[in-house]
Amino acid sequence: MTLDPRDRGGPAQPLLSVSGLVKHFGGKGGLLGRGPVVRAVDGVDFAIAKGETLGVVGESGCGKSTTARLLMQINRPDAGDIVFDGEKLGTRALDLKTYRRQVQMVFQDSYASLNPRLTIEETVAFGPKAHGLSAGAALARAHDLLRRVGLEPRRFGGRYPHEVSGGQRQRVNIARALALEPRLLILDEAVSALDKSVEAQVLNLLDDLKRDFGLTYMFISHDLNVVRFMSDRVMVMYLGKIAEIGPADDILKAPRHPYTAALLASQPSTDPAARIEEAPLTGDPPNPINPPPGCRFHTRCRFAADLCRTREPGLDPVAPSHLAACHMAVEGSGHPQAPTLPMAA
Amino acid sequence: MNAPLRHPEVAADAALVHVRGLTVDFLGGRKPVRAVGGVDLDLKAGEALALLGESGSGKSVTLRALMRLLPEKRTRIGGTLRIDGQDVLALRKKSLAAFRGGTVAMIFQDPGLALDPVYRIGDQIAEAVVRHEGASHAQGRARALELFERVQIPSAARRLDNYPHEMSGGMRQRAMIALALACRPKVLLADEPTTALDATVQIQILLLLRELQRDLGLAVIFVTHDVGVAVQVADRVAVMYGGHLVEVGSSGEVIGAPAHPYTRGLLASRITPDSPKGVRLVTIPGSPPDLADPPPGCPFAPRCTLAVPACDDGLPERVALAPGHAARCIRVGAA
Repeated sequence: MTLDPRDRGGPAQPLLSVSGLVKHFGGKGGLLGRGPVVRAVDGVDFAIAKGETLGVVGESGCGKSTTARLLMQINRPDAGDIVFDGEKLGTRALDLKTYRRQVQMVFQDSYASLNPRLTIEETVAFGPKAHGLSAGAALARAHDLLRRVGLEPRRFGGRYPHEVSGGQRQRVNIARALALEPRLLILDEAVSALDKSVEAQVLNLLDDLKRDFGLTYMFISHDLNVVRFMSDRVMVMYLGKIAEIGPADDILKAPRHPYTAALLASQPSTDPAARIEEAPLTGDPPNPINPPPGCRFHTRCRFAADLCRTREPGLDPVAPSHLAACHMAVEGSGHPQAPTLPMAA
Repeated sequence: MNAPLRHPEVAADAALVHVRGLTVDFLGGRKPVRAVGGVDLDLKAGEALALLGESGSGKSVTLRALMRLLPEKRTRIGGTLRIDGQDVLALRKKSLAAFRGGTVAMIFQDPGLALDPVYRIGDQIAEAVVRHEGASHAQGRARALELFERVQIPSAARRLDNYPHEMSGGMRQRAMIALALACRPKVLLADEPTTALDATVQIQILLLLRELQRDLGLAVIFVTHDVGVAVQVADRVAVMYGGHLVEVGSSGEVIGAPAHPYTRGLLASRITPDSPKGVRLVTIPGSPPDLADPPPGCPFAPRCTLAVPACDDGLPERVALAPGHAARCIRVGAA
């Protein structure tokens, strides 16, 4: 990876860091002035290092997609700072337009995210043209990128989105996202709608592109195996908060949060002798309109103690580079199953 | 508690579903599109079969054909289709209505397709019972309560008065299963019923279906694209590609010792908890066939690394590998 001329803070400075990110929907306004408040993202802090892939997992309503949309500034956060390569978003040093060129997103629905009336090459050339490139130069870049994602421009460039397969459409979306030469690519369930045999092709492509363009990924998926395979670090979200974050293999092989463990134990095995006999969790994820007090997971947690119902756990270090929001993982927290402090023992 | 929900005439060993040479053509385009190219299936009471395939493989169309849910004017169904002794393709209006729900019922990926948004769920179930069995509304409501308890909906009596939108995703799925079971069917068809659910909810529904299948002696055909889900719910797996069953066998055989190059490719391209990182994934090159213009012989030949010219000479015959395990491939054992 060559050094990006746009790099400002050097390799040790995170490409993106987020602190105190909050987004609530509803509440104010509404027909009667006060509707229910959906606490979609409720105080989230994390950073993504240059060149790494951060995987994000969690169930519906956990806030993973809202987090992505806040990073893309599709929705504006209610609170919190976004710092990109050392510059705070919204200051004179980093305005929205400059930021957006460097952060691009690929969505799950490959068809809904393309304009049906633009050909594939027009789609990819659109962004560069809007950012001031001449029509000819933009088209040349589009052809380059289409070739790069495995779509021969002479064969595919003039087609419309409905004339190609789902896997090919997702390649178009990836080419379009790369057309503005971003540094961070947010992939929100980008391969989830693809068939398995096509998914593997697109994952290989993402791997190649990351290396060749020096990209950083935020990879959101519900498929834990895919996330482990793609990511350096993994962030697990539950009801608008981070449950656990750390190195991918630590999180997915030795989880410290009972929710992560339950997610893993819910994955059906392909070995008929290893069928799951009992569901790890009962019920559905609770509604983010009225998150439970204390630890948000306590209503479904088999280890919940009195402490968990009243005091919300912080996101605390439990192993090198590994943070978890669980009283059980923290020494001396007061939870009956917490490791005891060596001094107290 | 279980006995009254079980269909009274289900004998333990009867062949409930008998399908031979099932074809489905979609008409109305420039030329007919053959979505299902000749499927053979047998299913006994209490048996669960997973129909595993990717989009466009014909798995959902096969399932819908079994219940004649495809639009009559735009589809042509061929072959033999006997379920519980009835010739499904010969059923006329009234007997077809009794057959649907009474002999065969279906659950879907989207409960919105099965549940009416403007009626209380308890009343929807009661109505089905009244229609099919000539019972009173009160008897229908009593059956609905029994079913809600059977599918483990908490505070079942209160939940009967819910509208579909008042339930969470997993709960709606349970309600739809209750509705499907309302008239004591012998065969349950499931079309990706857990694909849209979160992982921790999906496993609850899969376990529930397995339990119902066992307790009620249901024959279940479960359509899915997910190998893990197939293994979790079914004893036998049929792999579908390009409108054909390319491999059939016990889940242990098909997943543990796959014979067809497509099954092998599909399993090899999966990412498992042990897939080494940074190593390129094995992929199947190309994409599934265009059903409007299918390959002349084996549907997988254009993407198959083992293909030889003879693969284009017509659909390969079934090659038996073990009792109950077969694959349609002339190159079985080539690599």
